[in-house]
Amino acid sequence: MKSVIKKLLPLVLVFSSPAAMAAGGGGEHLDSAYINLADKASLRRGAHTFVNYCLSCHEASFMRYDRMARDLDIDLTDLREEMMFASDRPGDLMKVNMSAEDAESWLGVTPPDLSLTARSHGPDWIYTYMRGFYRDPGTATGWNNTLFPNVAMPHILYEWQGLRSANFEVASNGAKSLAGFDQISPGSMNAEEYDGAMRDLTNFMVYLAEPAKLVRYKIGIWVMVFMLVFIGLAYALKKEYWRDVH
Amino acid sequence: MSLINWIDDRFPLTKVWNEHLAQYYAPKNFNFWYYFGGLAVVVLVLQIVTGIILTMHYKPDAELAFASVEYIMRDVPAGWFVRYLHGVGASMFFLVVYLHMFRGLMYGSYRNPRELIWILGMVIYVALMAEAFFGYLLPWGNMSYWGAQVIISLFGAIPVIGEPLAEWIRGDFVVSDATLNRFFAFHVILLPLLLALLVYLHIVALHKVGSNNPDGIDIKKNKDKDGIPVDGIPFHPYYTVKDTFGIAVFMTIFLGIVFFVPELGGWFLEKDNFAPADILQTPPDIVPLWYLTPYYSILRAVTFEWLPGGAKVWGVIAMGAAIVMFFFLPWLDRAKVRSIRYRGWMYKTALTIFAVTFVMLGYLGTKNPGHIDLFLFENVIWAQIGMLLYFAFFLLMPIYTTLDRTKPEPDRVG
Repeated sequence: MKSVIKKLLPLVLVFSSPAAMAAGGGGEHLDSAYINLADKASLRRGAHTFVNYCLSCHEASFMRYDRMARDLDIDLTDLREEMMFASDRPGDLMKVNMSAEDAESWLGVTPPDLSLTARSHGPDWIYTYMRGFYRDPGTATGWNNTLFPNVAMPHILYEWQGLRSANFEVASNGAKSLAGFDQISPGSMNAEEYDGAMRDLTNFMVYLAEPAKLVRYKIGIWVMVFMLVFIGLAYALKKEYWRDVH
Repeated sequence: MSLINWIDDRFPLTKVWNEHLAQYYAPKNFNFWYYFGGLAVVVLVLQIVTGIILTMHYKPDAELAFASVEYIMRDVPAGWFVRYLHGVGASMFFLVVYLHMFRGLMYGSYRNPRELIWILGMVIYVALMAEAFFGYLLPWGNMSYWGAQVIISLFGAIPVIGEPLAEWIRGDFVVSDATLNRFFAFHVILLPLLLALLVYLHIVALHKVGSNNPDGIDIKKNKDKDGIPVDGIPFHPYYTVKDTFGIAVFMTIFLGIVFFVPELGGWFLEKDNFAPADILQTPPDIVPLWYLTPYYSILRAVTFEWLPGGAKVWGVIAMGAAIVMFFFLPWLDRAKVRSIRYRGWMYKTALTIFAVTFVMLGYLGTKNPGHIDLFLFENVIWAQIGMLLYFAFFLLMPIYTTLDRTKPEPDRVG
């Protein structure tokens, strides 16, 4: 058994090396979202933000309202009254009543579907992006973003965060880096509250990208317990059968 | 047992059972490395079963494919479990097959009289690569799309017939609905049938000559008065119970990945594949999944534009040659002994370097060639060094296996 572990160890090392995690994008700095999927209250707060703000333009066309309500312990009456603006049947997918053509003519681009953003970009990307907006008179919307320069989306949550401007440092090689933000006017939340709200939103979007994640770990632990018992029994059986082999 | 008799009169049931299980004598000294052949069969069955379930819900249509995968992940009961089993299963299949092949290299399992087993095994390996490549397009994610685009365009590098050939494969000028439909047909019918047939032949050929073992010696040389090898034990029940234990350990690791880290940090499921295929949006780095990257590395390592016809076509040739090399192994190896246990330092060194090189090429294949991810040199330089060592392992083999000082083999297995 020991020799088996010794032989398997290099494989484990290869597959768990930090290089394995380096599948990310262009090397921009991302802030850690530190989400917690076990925190249902956070998920519900994030869900409210999502359906009230994001879902006005973006779809989450792979997600059903009632699935969300069931998974996040949201009462069906609350769901209908507070969270369903675009459709009236709880079994509906989270679609937007705006055609792709209209969206493009009104907004310049079709807002991307957000069902899987947490899986294609990662939670830290969402968290950093939502905290990266600043006023920029040079763009069409008057907004810009430190993580996604010249993004077409304006800052939807500026009433929460308030107006900010960004300061950039230009290094000797011409590389521009963010030095910090200046608060131009306050929003309804302070920085800490806004970060918390964005953490909740990110948390919800991680759930949204893979609803099975809420049950995956829980089932997984029992599967592991079963398998370990099974390994023990299989080993005992093998030992018993092999007693007469020399 | 009249039912068995009734069947035996009409079909050789007991005969097959005895020949391949109850009276198939396998060497008693199989070690850790001998689990992987059986495990490959287990994964094949698992892939077929999960594949059938996925096919019930998947839509092979460019408009619907991506959404149907998400439908499986969300609305089909336990659909996420089946999909992860299948996706992780593809990577685990290659992991097991690579370890199975490495076992062959260590103990000389490809040597006379097992050349045909080895060749059939290599055909399985190539068919498996094709199966994985076709299957990877089906989720219709952006990496699926661009991966297929890049690999099919390699055929375009062939002189004269290249471009028409690539177009014929795609059924269109770009990867499109037509490509998706035919890849679906290949993935769910053509290659599974081929794989099942090849695995059958691989095992029939093995049972004709008998299994090799870590000592690389022939157990049929020492038989008792009943004609049974003294160092052999019946496959059933000895190796069926031993393999049950091996399967239990393997499935624990497998299910651990499925339940806790199905993407395995991007190695088994890539981030870019969670965005739908988009012909206008090329992913920043187009890379195949890890099991194909050693060859992808070799393809990209050929950057010598002064070669006649340009670097690309030679890259394709080098990549093809890298796979073809394996087929000639039984004739490249001239050593007197099979197993690494009785070989000299030359083969041991060569095999170690080859294994490290293969892993390094695989790693580099996932990286941007212009970056420095190891040390000192850019990735492309390391890939070129790796390519050189890769081919040297095969092409110099007749020399170093002849010169290598081997130890005498024992009469009986240890």
